[in-house]
Amino acid sequence: MEERNLICINCPMGCALAVTMNGTEVVKVSGNTCKRGDIYARKEVTNPTRIVTSTIRVTGGDESMVSVKTKEDIPKGKIMDCVKALKEVTLNAPVCIGEVILENVADTGTDIVATKNVRAV
Amino acid sequence: MKNYDIVIIGGGPAGLAAAVSAKENGIESILILERDKELGGILNQCIHNGFGLHTFKEELTGPEYAGRFIEQVNELQIEYKLHTMVMDIRADKVITAMNREEGLFEIQAKAVILAMGCRERPRGALNIPGYRPAGIFSAGTAQRLVNMEGYLPGREVVILGSGDIGLIMARRMTLEGAKVKVVAELMPYSGGLKRNIVQCLDDYGIPLKLSHTVVDIQGKERLEGVTLAEVDGKGKPISGTEEFYSCDTLLLSVGLIPENELSGGMGVELNPVTSGPRVNESLETNIEGVFACGNVLHVHDLVDFVSEEAKAAGKNAAMYVKSEGITDRPASDKGKKPCVRLKATDGVRYTVPETIHVDRMADTLTVRFRVGGVYQNCFISAYFDDERVIHKKRPVVAPGEMEEIKLTKEQLEKYPDLEMITVKIEEA
Ligand SMILES: Cc1cc2nc3c(=O)[nH]c(=O)nc-3n(C[C@H](O)[C@H](O)[C@H](O)COP(=O)(O)OP(=O)(O)OC[C@H]3O[C@@H](n4cnc5c(N)ncnc54)[C@H](O)[C@@H]3O)c2cc1C
Ligand code: SF4
Repeated sequence: MEERNLICINCPMGCALAVTMNGTEVVKVSGNTCKRGDIYARKEVTNPTRIVTSTIRVTGGDESMVSVKTKEDIPKGKIMDCVKALKEVTLNAPVCIGEVILENVADTGTDIVATKNVRAV
Repeated sequence: MKNYDIVIIGGGPAGLAAAVSAKENGIESILILERDKELGGILNQCIHNGFGLHTFKEELTGPEYAGRFIEQVNELQIEYKLHTMVMDIRADKVITAMNREEGLFEIQAKAVILAMGCRERPRGALNIPGYRPAGIFSAGTAQRLVNMEGYLPGREVVILGSGDIGLIMARRMTLEGAKVKVVAELMPYSGGLKRNIVQCLDDYGIPLKLSHTVVDIQGKERLEGVTLAEVDGKGKPISGTEEFYSCDTLLLSVGLIPENELSGGMGVELNPVTSGPRVNESLETNIEGVFACGNVLHVHDLVDFVSEEAKAAGKNAAMYVKSEGITDRPASDKGKKPCVRLKATDGVRYTVPETIHVDRMADTLTVRFRVGGVYQNCFISAYFDDERVIHKKRPVVAPGEMEEIKLTKEQLEKYPDLEMITVKIEEA
């Protein structure tokens, strides 16, 4: 049995988690205050994922950049591919919060959505 | 001169939540004054996620979180003016503001809510010797440049200070293609949230050097590098520990201070620890009918708490306006019995509020504070005069994370002669 210590990143409480592993199998999670901590710990030791946030250039709007995010968390190893894919995109205003900007970014099965409104000028 | 019941200074999350709450509590005549070109305050440049878990039960980015409140302000048809800088507020609640269309103008308010937020500590306050070449930015300025202007200030970066904005920018600049070499922190602990150390530094293999500072800056025109050294317990560099890092950019993330020039000018009493106004249970300052909330009151790391606090301030301001003309105004100090004072000691640096009128307090009151150091396995205690009433076990408390205790009206009413509540850290 092996124990791994993690910090839950799901909320600012930042609970200190202890994951007991048997090889690659999770036996027990402790230290979490809520259910999200348990889910996070199990994912983090098998397939760690993150939400990625970035910006994309916009033309013809009242802002020159629009902020975006991955709709769901994507595998950690895909973060750089995801950011690279965003660099190749330029949008035309208007852009609305929640609008899908890019589907299935970097083959993650997750879409990129806008997180800010940009009005056309 | 135009008249409004409530005028709110600042259209960031605090100002927006206060406005929504005042409206929901029956006030029609509300005006928000904002100097920027849009509402939302500093959240517009905080494009990362992690906002709103408490308020909306989902994890939003800064602009999305602001967007929710802007929507409410629009739905409730609350009036606001953008590009409008408030220049002065008088104790009789006459506000002087300026914008391009109206020039300099005055507004009379019945109640004022201060929600001007905070600003970053200027770099001049830092004791770094040497030249000041181009390439030194505050972390907030870099955040604005990257996220709003789409401009990457440099390629090789060193960050001084481990506050949340610095940590967030370490990740942001890495994703934009820069090489963040190290984050140096003067204190033996980080000033930021643990989750940000994990997901902004550890995820990208960026080292965090605690008890380190910048002792030298190289480069005349453009920054060429910095020298870091370890510091001793008193913050003095230890000779022989110097290490050179070549870099073209140095970000300073050395803390925030509430923006209180206006408050000071109108005679609002400030607490030297927080640099924010001293307030009572209603978040009302020493000037009747002048309330404060958000980062102008004390620096928050979590916008959810800003919204919660602002909601209370908006409600209290509404109650104050509605009670106008009633001689025994519930929101007034006059003729009331003395209030309960709160004292921060033994590791607790300050409390917000600092005084409580039990008859005026809501059923539960959240007292927020910060601690001065890292304490493990300790208790947060509150003494009602000499009796220990609250004794809350905490595995760890740190200066980077705001703490709170809740007081109930019922609980306080059991102590009619109570004079002082002392909040302190007790080690186990
Ligand atoms: C540079 C910076 C970056 C930050 N990054 C993060 C982060 O990444 N994550 C996080 O959780 N928190 C962050 N914070 C903390 C964040 O500011 C708070 O959580 C929250 O935004 C505070 O809300 P507020 O409304 O009190 O202040 P603000 O959002 O600062 O809003 C204050 C508003 O008042 C306006 N104002 C000020 N003075 C005047 C005047 N005289 N006349 C008219 N308008 C005026 C300002 O323009 C501004 O819009 C950051 C703070 C700063 C300063
Ligand atoms: S376990 Fe729950 S409470 Fe603790 S940090 Fe994770 S999400 Fe927050």
